Amino acid sequence: MTPDTTLSTEDIELRLFLEAMYSRYHYDFREYSKASLKRRLLLACERMGFPSLSALQGQLLHDDTMLPQLLSYLTVQVSDMFRDPGYFRAIREHVIPHLKTYPSLKVWVAGCSSGEELYSLAILFREEGLEEKTMFYATDINGAALAKAEAGVYDLQRIALFTRNHRLSGGTGSLSEYYNAAYGAACFDKTLRRRTVFSDHSLASDSVFAELHLVSCRNVLIYFDRPLQDRAVGLFKDALVRNGFLGIGARESLRFNAHAKAFREFLPVERIYQKRSDL
Amino acid sequence: MSVMQHDLSLLDIEAIVIGASAGAIASLTQLLPPLGPDYPLPILVTVHVPPDQPSSIPSLLQAKCRVTIKEAEDKEFICPGTVYFAPPDYHVLVEKDRSLSLSNEEPVSYARPSIDVLFESAADVYGKTLLALILSGANHDGARGSRSVLKAGGIVLVQLPESAAARVMPEATLAACPDARAMSLSDINQLLASREPRES
Repeated sequence: MTPDTTLSTEDIELRLFLEAMYSRYHYDFREYSKASLKRRLLLACERMGFPSLSALQGQLLHDDTMLPQLLSYLTVQVSDMFRDPGYFRAIREHVIPHLKTYPSLKVWVAGCSSGEELYSLAILFREEGLEEKTMFYATDINGAALAKAEAGVYDLQRIALFTRNHRLSGGTGSLSEYYNAAYGAACFDKTLRRRTVFSDHSLASDSVFAELHLVSCRNVLIYFDRPLQDRAVGLFKDALVRNGFLGIGARESLRFNAHAKAFREFLPVERIYQKRSDL
Repeated sequence: MSVMQHDLSLLDIEAIVIGASAGAIASLTQLLPPLGPDYPLPILVTVHVPPDQPSSIPSLLQAKCRVTIKEAEDKEFICPGTVYFAPPDYHVLVEKDRSLSLSNEEPVSYARPSIDVLFESAADVYGKTLLALILSGANHDGARGSRSVLKAGGIVLVQLPESAAARVMPEATLAACPDARAMSLSDINQLLASREPRES
């Protein structure tokens, strides 16, 4: 028989690898954007010394200790505190006044990675006097990233950028009020996470867990293909109260999303949407 | 047309990728404006731009061009006659269904957007139907991606280093890719024009 060449060997290997990952560990990357996923997995092969994805898959199936290492390749963990300061300024100036009208608040940072955005929002809510009536949910599928988020310790070299971003976002105090610097690290005030639940949650397979007023999910959807983007935004739609807010990444949009009609563009430039009240 | 391109045909080409950094605007201003509004190929461009401010390049070029120029959006399908620029601070990748994905993963060769990331993913999808152009630039990004394009059977053309405002990028690609060809921008213009639709 002649081999089927409509799919490259690497693409077959990628599909099988993702199936193996799902069958063995219930991590479902099958509906992630393939181009970036493939690139990162081939990088993992190269750095870990495997000649092919098939070889990496064999090791993954027979050696549980591979999982955490591979998750760090499969999930992209790039963020800074108050990243895209305009987004946080928009929340401060335009979303907070709405949120102040509620007796209690629930905020979800979906795909929180190592926590930079969670702390940014916690600081913003403290500065705006909303912290005491807010519950934060910070979720991710990567346990190692969640542990970092819960620890709230960041390389001191990143603080200059965080401080600049905080100021540009309209921060009322000095960022230095919120951390202690020691041994090359900035350790963020643990009272900032007093009202935060850190939890493992997958936008690919888990469901809604609370009724929310604000969902911030930035630079997560770009790693999903269209059906999975639809699933994730569907979760946000179901979880949000009427007139609740959804913030996504600076280059993301709901334009191609199945649930686009459930939202109105609240602040288009900053990619902040509001769930329609007539749903 | 100069002698060296007689054996070069864009007949089978389905997409064009372009990489550039320092000196990009001058080179693109020569390459893109001649293209007609119904140019049949899509063009995907990665230019190194600062991460923290909007890029003025697309609007600058749109004022001079007849093809549509825009910044790439996540999961949009690639259309002919359209030039897609990688937005600041995001890589652009091509998916098998010929849509675009953005990614925030780590900078490659200190660059985000990275030319290598675009070229490698485009080579994976378009294979031998891809034409890659490396223009003026001051670092090595694009050399590895150009190797992938050639390995997949595509064509790599490099702006003649002596005609580029910054010659490091063209030279790095030529050094990494023995099968890449150096060409003047006017020769590349002529070659691109060979795919213009016939006037009826």
